[in-house]
Amino acid sequence: MLLIPCPWCGKRAQTEFTYRGDATVERPDLADSDSQWYDYVYTRDNPRGEHTEWWHHTGGCRKWFKVRRNTWTHEVISSEPPVRD
Amino acid sequence: MGAFRNSSGGTLDRTQRIRFRFDGKQYSGFQGDTLASALLANGVRVVGRSFKYHRPRGVFGMGVEEPSAMVRLRTGARAEPNVRVTEVELFDGLEAHSQHCWPSVNFDLGAIANVMSPLLPAGFYYKTFMWPATKWMFYEHFIRKAAGLGSSATEPDPDNYSRSYEFCDVLIVGAGPAGLSAALSAASSGAKVMLVDETPDGGGRLRFDDEVINDGPADKWLNETLRELSKMPNFEFRFRTTAFGYYDQNMVVALERVSDHLPEPEPGQVRQRVLQIRAKQVVLASGSIERSIPFGYNDKPGVMLASAVRGYALKYAVACGRRAVVFTNNDSAYATVTALHSVGAQVVAVVDSRTQSPGKRALEQLGDAKLIQGSVVIKTKGLRSVQAVEIGQIADEGDSPKKSHTIRCDLVCVSGGWTPTIHLFSHAQGKLNFDDSISAFVPGADIPALHVVGSANGEFSLAACLRQGSDAGIESAKQAGYETTASVSIPTAPEESVGDMEPLWSVPRTGSRVKRFVDIQNDVTIDDIELAHTEGFVSVEHLKRYTTLGMGTDQGRTSNINGLANLARLRKAEVPEVGHTTFRPPYTPVSLGALAGVDFSEHLSPVRRTPLHQWHERNHAHLQNSGVWKRPAYYPRTGESVQDAILRETRHVREKVGITDVSSLGKIDVQGRDAAEFLERIYINRWKSLQIGRCRYGLMLREDGFVFDDGTSTRLSENEFYMTTTTANAGPVLEHMEIYAQTVWPELHVHLTSISDQWAGMALAGPFSRNVLNTVIGEQAASNENLPYMGVINARIADVPVLVFRVSFSGELGYEIHIPSRQAELVWETILAAGQEWEIAPYGLEAMTILRIEKGHVVAAELDGRTTAADLGFGRMMKPDGDYVGKRLAERSALTANGRKQLVGIKSIDSSPIPRGAQIIAEPSGGKPAQTFGQVTSACFSPHLNQEIGLALIKDGRLIYGKTMYAASPLTGREVPVEIVHHIFVDAEGERVRG
Repeated sequence: MLLIPCPWCGKRAQTEFTYRGDATVERPDLADSDSQWYDYVYTRDNPRGEHTEWWHHTGGCRKWFKVRRNTWTHEVISSEPPVRD
Repeated sequence: MGAFRNSSGGTLDRTQRIRFRFDGKQYSGFQGDTLASALLANGVRVVGRSFKYHRPRGVFGMGVEEPSAMVRLRTGARAEPNVRVTEVELFDGLEAHSQHCWPSVNFDLGAIANVMSPLLPAGFYYKTFMWPATKWMFYEHFIRKAAGLGSSATEPDPDNYSRSYEFCDVLIVGAGPAGLSAALSAASSGAKVMLVDETPDGGGRLRFDDEVINDGPADKWLNETLRELSKMPNFEFRFRTTAFGYYDQNMVVALERVSDHLPEPEPGQVRQRVLQIRAKQVVLASGSIERSIPFGYNDKPGVMLASAVRGYALKYAVACGRRAVVFTNNDSAYATVTALHSVGAQVVAVVDSRTQSPGKRALEQLGDAKLIQGSVVIKTKGLRSVQAVEIGQIADEGDSPKKSHTIRCDLVCVSGGWTPTIHLFSHAQGKLNFDDSISAFVPGADIPALHVVGSANGEFSLAACLRQGSDAGIESAKQAGYETTASVSIPTAPEESVGDMEPLWSVPRTGSRVKRFVDIQNDVTIDDIELAHTEGFVSVEHLKRYTTLGMGTDQGRTSNINGLANLARLRKAEVPEVGHTTFRPPYTPVSLGALAGVDFSEHLSPVRRTPLHQWHERNHAHLQNSGVWKRPAYYPRTGESVQDAILRETRHVREKVGITDVSSLGKIDVQGRDAAEFLERIYINRWKSLQIGRCRYGLMLREDGFVFDDGTSTRLSENEFYMTTTTANAGPVLEHMEIYAQTVWPELHVHLTSISDQWAGMALAGPFSRNVLNTVIGEQAASNENLPYMGVINARIADVPVLVFRVSFSGELGYEIHIPSRQAELVWETILAAGQEWEIAPYGLEAMTILRIEKGHVVAAELDGRTTAADLGFGRMMKPDGDYVGKRLAERSALTANGRKQLVGIKSIDSSPIPRGAQIIAEPSGGKPAQTFGQVTSACFSPHLNQEIGLALIKDGRLIYGKTMYAASPLTGREVPVEIVHHIFVDAEGERVRG
């Protein structure tokens, strides 16, 4: 079982969290094309290696945050709050 | 006492005699015995029958490695199959039965399989019973009966299990010399150290080898070390605990057998406990296991691992036989000679396959026993157990051995070398290297925070094991942040000169029918491996699955490497080229009860009760599971049928007034200066325009454009909304909104809090509901002017502050009253008392369902994840401007095209009930396949219309009102003619709810 570093609560067991995939995709604007919206809603990369993903501290502070994780080695590299550029 | 036990020696408590039964026969042993040592002491040789050929099998090993001596332990509900007798601590009254034999272990009719064995090669069942494919199910029944192991209890398990979460700086797996040495060093640093060992007392090989540590007897050092460790507050020992899996980031999961050594758990005691241990550092000192050598009929009772024979002699004072032959390819087995002498057994010869001499120490241990070098045991003789062995010489590698002579004996002590136990290292994705000097796989590249030491690391000298353990203890404590300040004295042992081992993966074939067993649990022979190779199964993973090599409960601990090496020989390849199968958790079988822990039956998921639950129970409500909730279905009166009760409650709401518990609705407090803007983006309809003190029905979509959930939300103040969700989606809606609030639109100032548990809710509905409400909140307080439709007021009932909403989902004048949960029952009772004048009555979920179908109000049956807002008739709620979740994809052509299924009402034309879940077809099908135009989502008898009605999703349904179609239920064979109508049957104009 993974230990997920919540930026607010510290390392906690994976069972406290909900996973939600790729955190690099951005919700398009209404004016964007059908294919951009289709990609946003339906398609995700499934990389082997490092991946930035959303985790939700469902059983804790209920914050969403980004975790950088290696899907091959399961190494958790970093985590950060969901601040946008 | 049995004739095979010495009157002195061993670590038994001879003052405590223990009685037990095996196959109904009474035996006795001593405190400190295992079932295996007690059976051997009593001269019991045949303990079970083999998997496929039903050949007699006896005790082969001494611990976890035991492949064949398995029994059904205990009786009745506590009966457990496939228990290794070598791991069962003897207790008074123990009862064990041999398994997989009939009528008895000594006379087993299934042994016909042994006679027929030339007809039963590897893959026999697959090949023979393949055609016709449809008959496999038929054959399988008999095959499963003929092959296999024990059967489990059929009654519910009476015992309790638990789980515990443990944390430590250094976890040490295995309490042999290396593990104990590591524990001493690590604990001296002050680090929190936990040591787990599968045996009841630890010690590893020190329990069955006569060794010297710190210039004294090893058991003296062992006892001192255990005492010293037990005094340290930062040290914890878990005996009878098997670390069975290594998971990410140093989480080791172990099974602690808390009371398996007792007849049954003491009151309040669990049987077993699963430990999830999170360790900063792990030291793996899991030792090594001796392996066998495949030779002719090497599976018979009387063939045992040399180390096990040693252990039974030294620890239990048991002689496993009277005349022994030792067969080895390495030095370690020579110690068995002295051990056997100590219990009065005779060692007729040591047969060593090596041509070069053993080391100095081995020769000392040999003493006067006869050494036959460069020779092998060709095969054993004897019917049910070993009576003699044939000895021979191998001239050239690969040649058949030439028989030289026969030796009469009743015990063969075999040693094919040692295999490090690296399962946990392998679970950690550690790569293995093949070490030629010991002919075994050893841990390869290092894994961070995981240290493998001692014989698990391929280091077989005691002195080096102690040293490696100590070093790893210091290093792991240091990495966990504990510097050892005191100088640690490393325990010492004499350095030994040991002769090299020479691999002997099998004794070459002598006769076509002589079975040389590789895996004695699964009856896999060298011939099976040769056949598999001939048939093209050249990968180890394929070999394993085709022959079942190493697939049993012992996972081939004593045999796997022999199988792989023989495949390598056939492929003319080196062992590392052939590779090894993957080790996966669990290391040893774990009972399902232990894995489930307390999470079973009613504890499988939480049960949720509303704040009015006790009232419902007191008033004889029939409670129904609704998701995780217990909700009242109806309140039957004396002598009333279920149907009568439901119809009475429904009519009562339409004619008078009823009250029902809606506390399970999700409630979310939405606050912040952008709260209205946020709801505007979450719901499809408008929220910024909502006045304070008013509520609105809202619908939300998923981002893919389909309907997600609905509910009413109220503007309590400029920046605060009180949102409700459906019961089932209370959690998912909150999470959905958190995603958008925190990750998509973090610039919005909005704060979300679940208040579902803090607020109870009740719906008051019926023509007299206003009269009742006025009585409890004040005359005219609920008038149409003060509280118009979709209005909300603060009020007090029984001096409890409450929120009163003018909403209705029944098609009657109605209100929802939300109350702080703790006061729910007081308020409920107050309303019931005040409503007596109007004959108020509680109603349950069943009546509520009928009322909402009559009103055409959608619930989860219609919001099934495939319907759009327009499908449900809410198309006009979708605001044309501005963004909201799901807007863009709701606009795609497939979701807006003609021909979609739309929500309609249906009425049964011939008065028969409409089957739930029925498909809508155009004409009676006559039993033939028919095109479907939609499906029934909800159906009931409507007391108000005195008619069978339902809701359905039908293709272009709103265009075909008045048309007759058929609700077909192929499962029940019923087809009911229905008329398509508008989905609202009652109060379509909203006069009642607004009145």
